[in-house]
Amino acid sequence: MSDKMHLKLTVNGEAHETLAEPRELLIHVLREQLGITGPHIGCETSHCGACTVDMGGKSVKACTVFAAQAQGAEITTVEGLGAPDGLHVLQEMFREHHGLQCGFCTPGMITRAWRLLQDNPSPTEEEVRFGMSGNLCRCTGYQNIVKAILAAADQMNAMKEAAE
Amino acid sequence: MKDLPDTEERKAGLKGLGCSRKRVEDARFTQGKGNYVDDIKMAGMLHGDFVRSPYAHARVKSINAEAALALPGVIAVLTAKDLEPLGLHWMPTLAGDKQMVLADGKVLFQGQEVAFVVATDRYIAADAVDLVEVDYEDLPVVVDPFKAQDPDAPVLREDLEGVTEGAHGPRRHHNHIFTWEAGDEAGANAAIDGAEVVAEETIYYHRTHPCPLETCGCVASMDKVNGKLTLYGTFQAPHVVRTVASLLSGIDEHNIRVVSPDIGGGFGNKVGVYPGYVCSIVATIVTGKPVKWVEDRMENLMATAFARDYWMTGRIGATKDGRITGLHAHVTADHGAFDACADPTKFPAGFFHICTGSYDIPAAYCAVDGIYTNKAPGGVAYRCSFRVTEAAYFIERMIEVLAIKLGMDAAELRAKNFIRKEQFPYTSALGWEYDSGDYHTAWDKALKAVGYEALRKEQAERVEAFKRGETRKLLGIGLTHFTEIVGAGPVKNCDILGMGMFDSCEIRIHPTGSAIARLGTISQGQGHATTFAQILASEIGISADKITVEEGDTDTAPYGLGTYGSRSTPVAGAATAMAGRKIRAKAQMIAAYLLEVHDDDLEWDIDRFVVKGAPERFKTMAEIAYASYNQAIPGVEPGLEAVSYYDPPNMTYPFGAYICVMEIDVDTGEHEIRQFYALDDCGTRINPMIIEGQVHGGLTEALAIAMGQEIAYDDIGNVKTGTLMDFFLPTAWETPHYTTDHTETPSPHHPIGAKGVGESPNVGGVPAFSNAVHDAFRAFGLTQTHMPHDHWRIWKTARDLGLHG
Repeated sequence: MSDKMHLKLTVNGEAHETLAEPRELLIHVLREQLGITGPHIGCETSHCGACTVDMGGKSVKACTVFAAQAQGAEITTVEGLGAPDGLHVLQEMFREHHGLQCGFCTPGMITRAWRLLQDNPSPTEEEVRFGMSGNLCRCTGYQNIVKAILAAADQMNAMKEAAE
Repeated sequence: MKDLPDTEERKAGLKGLGCSRKRVEDARFTQGKGNYVDDIKMAGMLHGDFVRSPYAHARVKSINAEAALALPGVIAVLTAKDLEPLGLHWMPTLAGDKQMVLADGKVLFQGQEVAFVVATDRYIAADAVDLVEVDYEDLPVVVDPFKAQDPDAPVLREDLEGVTEGAHGPRRHHNHIFTWEAGDEAGANAAIDGAEVVAEETIYYHRTHPCPLETCGCVASMDKVNGKLTLYGTFQAPHVVRTVASLLSGIDEHNIRVVSPDIGGGFGNKVGVYPGYVCSIVATIVTGKPVKWVEDRMENLMATAFARDYWMTGRIGATKDGRITGLHAHVTADHGAFDACADPTKFPAGFFHICTGSYDIPAAYCAVDGIYTNKAPGGVAYRCSFRVTEAAYFIERMIEVLAIKLGMDAAELRAKNFIRKEQFPYTSALGWEYDSGDYHTAWDKALKAVGYEALRKEQAERVEAFKRGETRKLLGIGLTHFTEIVGAGPVKNCDILGMGMFDSCEIRIHPTGSAIARLGTISQGQGHATTFAQILASEIGISADKITVEEGDTDTAPYGLGTYGSRSTPVAGAATAMAGRKIRAKAQMIAAYLLEVHDDDLEWDIDRFVVKGAPERFKTMAEIAYASYNQAIPGVEPGLEAVSYYDPPNMTYPFGAYICVMEIDVDTGEHEIRQFYALDDCGTRINPMIIEGQVHGGLTEALAIAMGQEIAYDDIGNVKTGTLMDFFLPTAWETPHYTTDHTETPSPHHPIGAKGVGESPNVGGVPAFSNAVHDAFRAFGLTQTHMPHDHWRIWKTARDLGLHG
């Protein structure tokens, strides 16, 4: 075990300081040190995407990112999307269109979808399916997830238009 | 009576049976506020991790934990020697066998638990695992269940040497577990031998794995002062786990609290009791601190409850015009190193004898031989009722094989042999009493929906075009009409470790007219908190939005056998309705007192009791609830509560018609699913949105199994598919769009007529996908090829048929 390093990172707009071993994974720092348990661990090999968080404007799988790589990073997790008294449009649409069942993949799925819609605000179904293919779901068969994301895109675009 | 709009409005306000109520679970889950077992953190909590065997079969000569124990932060290293004085180095399985908790002298499969390391941190525990030195002497490995039966095959289970009588009858070989049979063999053989046409085939349903996205785990916490053990874990049957934990540990059952928190998918993987649970309990008792154990994905795939691995040989006889006369099935079932199937005790092969499927087959027989090999134990029902998907795959392949032999259209052959609507309740040749069905209606609807005749025409044209060299793609039409058997089950013949397979619901109505219901089941994504409230809303007239549903805490929930085998709706759903009816019966007495009429002068109207002929005189359930708490009513106890323990009189028999249209590229082996139509009949529909979601999900798991997912071993017992790189889970990209449809044939014996649906799409989906692959090559002489139909295997099939030129 090597000496711990001093880690500073911003998660969901809140600054955190903590100690972590150089080998420690971001997902473990988030879940076990910072108590952010929305992102889950499904495989520890980058395949399932249950641990997806947003880091520096990109979707990353926190199970294969060293905490050290997150030094100084801005991180958004599912906890940072909605407001305390209301759901984010994506969260709302996942509920509306039954885009989740056991809920284990959901935080990663929604966080990934959030980034996807930042990068491509009006995706086609095919683009959604491709853009979400790093996130596995064992329950839904994806059909309603795709539906929820497309519906959220529509609503987010309408809100943007209304605001302009 | 009330005028119509009021009635309709009140009914809609209940959000009861039949409406697509949005899920109450979702606000939590979408915000990341679920509480899964790995989210549980307790003060002073330690972490457990396993040393696992790299060998599939080896003698354990020594275990040296010195270096591990010297690592700062390591608290303990448990081995079989430590568990032996407690009698916990072995544990009973649900199938009447026993299983090593930690390697006792030898290991029998790769990934087997050898030692349990307990440390202050999961990283230190993992480091310590590497420091435990185990000296192995490798032994000959058997991974083939047929070779395992050779007279000179290595003895795998030395603990059973000389034991000729197993839990399910005689053992005829040292690697033989049981022979189980149903039906009349002589009658079936006579029918087949005398048949005008006989088809024979061996159909392998490969080894696969339920692979829920959340792996298995637990947190065990012993309060030594109060003598109370709390066990949080990924348990599909928390009450049974409590009973087992009590029997194994000797701790009184009231001093054990088992909690299933949110569960990240189960699919049968979380029914059994695993060494990790036992070791965590021992570790918390030894250390006095909470101990968490959560397996990683490789451990889950290698060691925790596989599914299937059935070699099924069938003979089916028919008349020349396609009337089936007899069916004979023999199965060689590879159970791995320990028989740890999770089946009702009396059914070591589950309900495989539903293998006559949707067909009226006058004579049938089936036998299953369970065999030990050097593979992981399990044999669980991966999103199906016990061995029902094996049975459905078997009969739906045999029908196709017979159709080829007869030169007959497989859709027509099915329709010719369906059990007719007027034959229900129908007793099959293998002894089941099918409750209800209308197969012809469903089948005709399905064929019409996909334009079956036009598809066959297109397929024939495609074959011609292929032969002319104009295309390299073939078209397959995969047909399936499946019948499931779910809802185990009647206590008279279904039990788990002696506990009858009833289920339960307890309801408490609060004074202001809202309620809490607690059940003996546990949701793993099925949405029980949403749907059971709907059942209750329709029964007691309180809006589902005002009913909290709780499950999974054995200190508060009534005893039940849990959620697997699509039993929640058939059994606990029935208990919910029955408990609701008890509430209503008491409410009627209270209403009669309040309205100063006789009980019989009242009638139930959606959410209230109304005086017959005087619609303006009524008491709503909310008013009655309040009265039950604040008025002294002669002869009636205060409060409004009820409990029902429901023992179902029979199983339920959901069915469905699935059609898959698939394009296959002969040169690459790739496939594209052009259309998938799924018609399900699950009886009364509680929440169509959730049913549809279950069907999408089950079909996708079926897609995985049929088209690529397997737990594969090499000859020396190495698991070749131990990560998600090798073990196929479809992404959104590979998953097709599904069209769902339904008919509705209620179960006559279920209080609300519901049959259960969660597993139907897996049971019906696998043969639909597989039949599509087979059907694409039918014109080129293919009768049978084994799953999974990954690109390589399809390419090989095309090559073997000479299609690569």
